[in-house]
Amino acid sequence: MMSQVEKVIVFDLNNEEYGIPVKNVKSIEKIQFITRVPKVNNFVKGVINLRGVVTPIIDLRLRFNLEEKEYNERTRIIIVTFEDKEVGFIVDSANDVIDIPNDCVESAPEVVGEQVHDYIEGIAKLDKRLLIILDLEKVLDINDDAEMNVVEVK
Amino acid sequence: MELNQYLDLFIDESREHLQNINENLLELEKEPTNLAIVNEIFRSAHTLKGMSATMGYEDLANLTHQMENVLDAIRNNKISVSSSILDVVFQSIDDLEAMVESISTGGDGKRDVKEIVLKLAAIEKGTEFVEETIEVKNESDQLTLRYDEYDYTVIEQSVDQGFNVFEIKVELTASCILKAARSFMVFESLEQNGEILKSNPSVDKLETEQFDAVFYVTFITKIDKSEVKNVIMKISEIHNVEITSFDLNRIKQESEQKEVMNEIAAAKKEVAVTVAPENEQKNKATAQSNSKTIRVNIERLDILMNLFEELVIDRGRLEQISRDLSHGELQETVERMTRVSSDLQSIILNMRMVPIDTVFNRFPRMVRQLSKDLNKKIDLQIIGAETELDRTVIDEIGDPLVHLIRNALDHGIEKPEVRVSKGKPETGTVELKAFHSGNHVFIEVKEDGAGISREKVLEKAIKNKIVTEQQASTLTDKQVFELIFASGFSTAEVLSDISGRGVGLDVVKSKIESLGGTVSVDSILGHGTTFSVQLPLTLSIISVMLVELQKEKYAIPLSSIIETAFIKKTDIMSAHNQKVIDFRGKVVPLLFLNDLFNVPVESDNNTDGISVVIVRKGDKLAGLVVDSFIGQQEIVLKSLGNYLTNVFAISGATILGDGQVALILDCNALIK
Repeated sequence: MMSQVEKVIVFDLNNEEYGIPVKNVKSIEKIQFITRVPKVNNFVKGVINLRGVVTPIIDLRLRFNLEEKEYNERTRIIIVTFEDKEVGFIVDSANDVIDIPNDCVESAPEVVGEQVHDYIEGIAKLDKRLLIILDLEKVLDINDDAEMNVVEVK
Repeated sequence: MELNQYLDLFIDESREHLQNINENLLELEKEPTNLAIVNEIFRSAHTLKGMSATMGYEDLANLTHQMENVLDAIRNNKISVSSSILDVVFQSIDDLEAMVESISTGGDGKRDVKEIVLKLAAIEKGTEFVEETIEVKNESDQLTLRYDEYDYTVIEQSVDQGFNVFEIKVELTASCILKAARSFMVFESLEQNGEILKSNPSVDKLETEQFDAVFYVTFITKIDKSEVKNVIMKISEIHNVEITSFDLNRIKQESEQKEVMNEIAAAKKEVAVTVAPENEQKNKATAQSNSKTIRVNIERLDILMNLFEELVIDRGRLEQISRDLSHGELQETVERMTRVSSDLQSIILNMRMVPIDTVFNRFPRMVRQLSKDLNKKIDLQIIGAETELDRTVIDEIGDPLVHLIRNALDHGIEKPEVRVSKGKPETGTVELKAFHSGNHVFIEVKEDGAGISREKVLEKAIKNKIVTEQQASTLTDKQVFELIFASGFSTAEVLSDISGRGVGLDVVKSKIESLGGTVSVDSILGHGTTFSVQLPLTLSIISVMLVELQKEKYAIPLSSIIETAFIKKTDIMSAHNQKVIDFRGKVVPLLFLNDLFNVPVESDNNTDGISVVIVRKGDKLAGLVVDSFIGQQEIVLKSLGNYLTNVFAISGATILGDGQVALILDCNALIK
């Protein structure tokens, strides 16, 4: 019996490997000018002009409470579409597309990287590689806690 | 069958046809004898019937069918148009509309249409019986035997050779189960004694039991009548047998009659054919007046626009490169491209424009109904229905306008007797007018009714605690009239006198403001009231002032800017811990956008003045402190997407000429 296979895009973040299903990835872009958006969560770096569409950009390091890192020529923006949202993820590098048989994916063990634990859908074991499969719904869930800052005018 | 893919098309077209019928019915009411209009209505109704039957909406098809019958009767001068007939037709249109709405919201389009169908049928009756009798005749025809020339020859020859020819009517008992078998037995015993020339129903229908208890047979035989009867009656489950001798003369006469009838029918057809081209010509005439259109999903236009903007940005780069290279041919080509692309841009923008007629066209019908309900005589005049507006605005503007027109009819125009006693014409006039002016579209709803009474409005405003009595005495007339838009002005009770003019007007105002427009009212007591709505041409393109905060660029919509100013630092005052300035005699609070937006500071502003953009929300002002002005620009409004919602004081974004994104300030959020 053939087990089902899912294609994922592999990217690096803080020396760990993560995966996002190919079906959710629209494109991979090089780092470009990002317009800062004031008064939003710190992990939202701003918006870019993606071929005429204004697209919000999230720094995944900051999203997972990891240490921020200078962007370099290996830095990539992975444009992800999930449900009605289209968002770019800034990652250290993106370098691979691989097939993952479904039976290689285990649910996340409690101990692995506490910060990211909430955003993990599962862990794929391939030979000696460990691949963290992201739960996009949780990654893209922001509790809108930007404070309303309204000036009284008399 | 998979019909879902056609559903949208069906709904759109149904609406169009219903609208067309509506309009034409109103026309018909004015010119009841104009059959061209009836034909037009008939065509729409007919198409609608066909479409709904195809889509499987039986109630819809059923009602349309009945309506079509009535229209057909009118068309053929069998009944004449009267107001009461039109009322019923209008009523059925209402039902049809309700059904189409139900379908468009995912319902099954079912509705109890029995009553209205009966009403339509009643109208249709009285003159329709002529056709019915024809139908009855046809039915009786079907049950007897028909012969063609060949049959006649056979029969004639048989008679000549001394055969008997009988027409036999065989009736099986009602309880007979195997009718096919019984009829087969009849055939078989008959064929042992002669030849069966013809049967009705035909043999294959008899074999598959497609008949009731009776069938007819033409039988050519040597034996006589009673023997034939005996032969058949030997078979069980035969209820009755009637045998008549074949009367050649009678049959011939009948056939001649039929020929005459056929000729008449053919003649009729010819008449129909000669009429048809006329219709077609009319068809063509109307088709020509309607411009040819295709339906395009507005999302596709958005995508087209996005891609085009990318092109414009690249064009900018190309222009830069060609200038740097100073290559003559290249420069020429780029210039040409620039011209073409700016033409293209205006076409793309124009594609989103829709004549406001698509909103206005439902009002005549509404006014007709309302004036009947209210017992008022009203003449609705529509001016400037061809004025074009962006599709996005069109979609939103309908409800507020309905509100304003209802208001004008209900509270503005007086009852006919009151009008006469005031020396006005009995019929009130409501004028609905749309026109372009600058970057805006104005829509006016003007009536020659009673006007707004200052005293009554104030009385009510004071009662509802919108203004105090003290304030009331200082207000100008204009300010008083504006009070009717105040929330809390209208009350739940239905007031029929002029003081009830505030029903829901606050809703109208907030809706129009949310579209970036304004609404104002002007009134002369005793002479009427005018509501004036000002709307931006489009919601997707706005004029903005680009400003810089350090290195960041922001856009401030021109619609909320009053003016820009350069203020000396020494002129900044402090009140209640808030920096303010004195601007033309008004105290205006300052908002330092750099601080508000936490803009990373790279260089300090060491000049002795600050740049201020004075913005307003309603009659409240605020001064936005920026680092520098870049200039005025038309930009395309874009949303930040579904991920970033509710960003503080940012209403959207735009893409600048250099490809960078600039955010658009929402001044309404900055001023409370």
